[in-house]
Amino acid sequence: MTDLPTDLTRATAADLAGALASKTISSVEVTQAHLDRIAAVDGQVHSYLHVDGEGALAQARAVDARRQSGESLGALAGVPIAVKDVMTTKGLPTTCGSKILEGWIPPYDATVVTKLREAGLPILGKTNMDEFAMGSSTEHSAYGPSHNPWDLDRIPGGSGGGSSSVLASFQAPLATGTDTGGSIRQPAAVTATVGTKPTYGGVSRYGLVALASSLDQAGPCGRTVLDTALLHAVMGGHDPMDSTSIDAPVPPVVEAARAADVRGMRIGVVKELGGEGYQPGVRARFDESVALLEELGAEVVEVSCPNFEYALAAYYLILPSEASSNLAKFDAMRYGLRVLPEGVDAPSAEQVMAATRDAGFGPEVKRRIILGTYALSSGYYDAYYGSAQKVRALIAQDFAAAYARVDVLVSPTAPTTAFKLGDKLEDPMAMYLNDIATIPANLAGVPGMSIPSGLADEDGLPAGIQILAPATKDERLYSVGAALEAALVDRWGGPILDRAPELGGAAAAKGA
Amino acid sequence: MSSLSRDDVAHLAGLARIELSDDELDRMVGELGVILESVAKVQQAPTDGVAPMSHPMPLTNVTRPDVVRPSLGAAAVLAGAPEAEQERFSVPRILDED
Repeated sequence: MTDLPTDLTRATAADLAGALASKTISSVEVTQAHLDRIAAVDGQVHSYLHVDGEGALAQARAVDARRQSGESLGALAGVPIAVKDVMTTKGLPTTCGSKILEGWIPPYDATVVTKLREAGLPILGKTNMDEFAMGSSTEHSAYGPSHNPWDLDRIPGGSGGGSSSVLASFQAPLATGTDTGGSIRQPAAVTATVGTKPTYGGVSRYGLVALASSLDQAGPCGRTVLDTALLHAVMGGHDPMDSTSIDAPVPPVVEAARAADVRGMRIGVVKELGGEGYQPGVRARFDESVALLEELGAEVVEVSCPNFEYALAAYYLILPSEASSNLAKFDAMRYGLRVLPEGVDAPSAEQVMAATRDAGFGPEVKRRIILGTYALSSGYYDAYYGSAQKVRALIAQDFAAAYARVDVLVSPTAPTTAFKLGDKLEDPMAMYLNDIATIPANLAGVPGMSIPSGLADEDGLPAGIQILAPATKDERLYSVGAALEAALVDRWGGPILDRAPELGGAAAAKGA
Repeated sequence: MSSLSRDDVAHLAGLARIELSDDELDRMVGELGVILESVAKVQQAPTDGVAPMSHPMPLTNVTRPDVVRPSLGAAAVLAGAPEAEQERFSVPRILDED
């Protein structure tokens, strides 16, 4: 049994789970330690949109009682978790970062949330995100941005910047995410945390506020590869409530993370991801990671995916098109905001809907809805949406050709380290470029993971390496991720987050 | 072809049921122009003879046994409604008055 740190918030989920199973600590103690930490630091980081202390402690007491009675519990029973606000939680507010859903309390749980509850993970609260997951910085949240614990003036990535900053500031050992074009992986990269976008269909989408249904995929976020695997195993699996859910067992991700073996694996470096536009420090840490993988016994080759250069353009046609359709449900009639137009007597439903959508949606959401409406309109359909769908097929073909030669692909996760809050807010295209390396996986439906590769020399901020595997071979991400993580942590002399600055209230966090 | 006029944007906003202010329209015309110019790159890709792909997985129809199962009650569903009346959603008028 690993010794737990005095401050329980610094422990890994795997170590917490071990101590809970052996009854060394209780879930109430672990949960309370995190609630104390939240009270101490979230004023600075703003990771949470809603904290449910009472509910989390009630769940913790329930799981402690079940354990005391000798019941056999799941691997993560009693380990608290933060849930991205895109997932419906019965009885807890779910806003998706939007004013149009302010105060909405869903009448049902997302399947992922049901699985968390059944597995006995107390839910600490709901994490901040770009409105409807549209963004790479959380600056498009209607409730204000989250801050990067490495430098509070910088972005924590997006859309899942609430979940990434929760982990990097030790306000939860685990968090959920969703990834439509990089919203799990890019936030992980810029905060030195770990995140996986499973194979499309690997985790149920039931109860997730949909952004782009053919791209959306929920997944696990953690501080270590093993923690992320343990959560992946809880979240994943077939769900009859989601018609695109894969009807097969969750891939053996935990076993792969524990084995951490890359000997004999063929690893392809994607030529098109990593050249111009990539920060030198990101590039340097990536090259070192690749060299380490080779030392660990993998065979590394360069692979070309020539159509990836069209991926960003195709994505920003397909996503807005699907989003414009998905977001039509926010019509001011059945739930959410209703705003009456000014100066209109007895307004029509249509006028109320238009006034509500103007008041309730932020600028990025409006931009993408209108762009999608345009891309789908007759006369432009073939030139835009139709062409984008063909590019999507080309990208899937590039992946198929690459995976005929190699077992996994690697690239830097994001082209740069975390930029300053406000730097790219007025330039949508510059913001979109953050996802240039993560988008191809969503278009093709293949799984991807980001793990920390180190700190960039020029700014001392975290960089990430992305691992991509063929569809349904998610376990390969964990083999490579865990092997590389072990080698890197050994080289660093400890977890990379130990080097993050102390936040002001850190001393207030207390252990048992 | 990828340039949008202010009238075009106003028309699209109308189709999308978003009542944009004049300021928003002015800003949106410029921003959408830049984005459209960039995404038009898809037209340069070697797509001749390529079948469009709408979804990452082969989709098959999924059915469930046709048996009654519990669903949300009216109170739970109406709890989030902006306005409710007689166990129904209450909505603004949908027809013109004359």
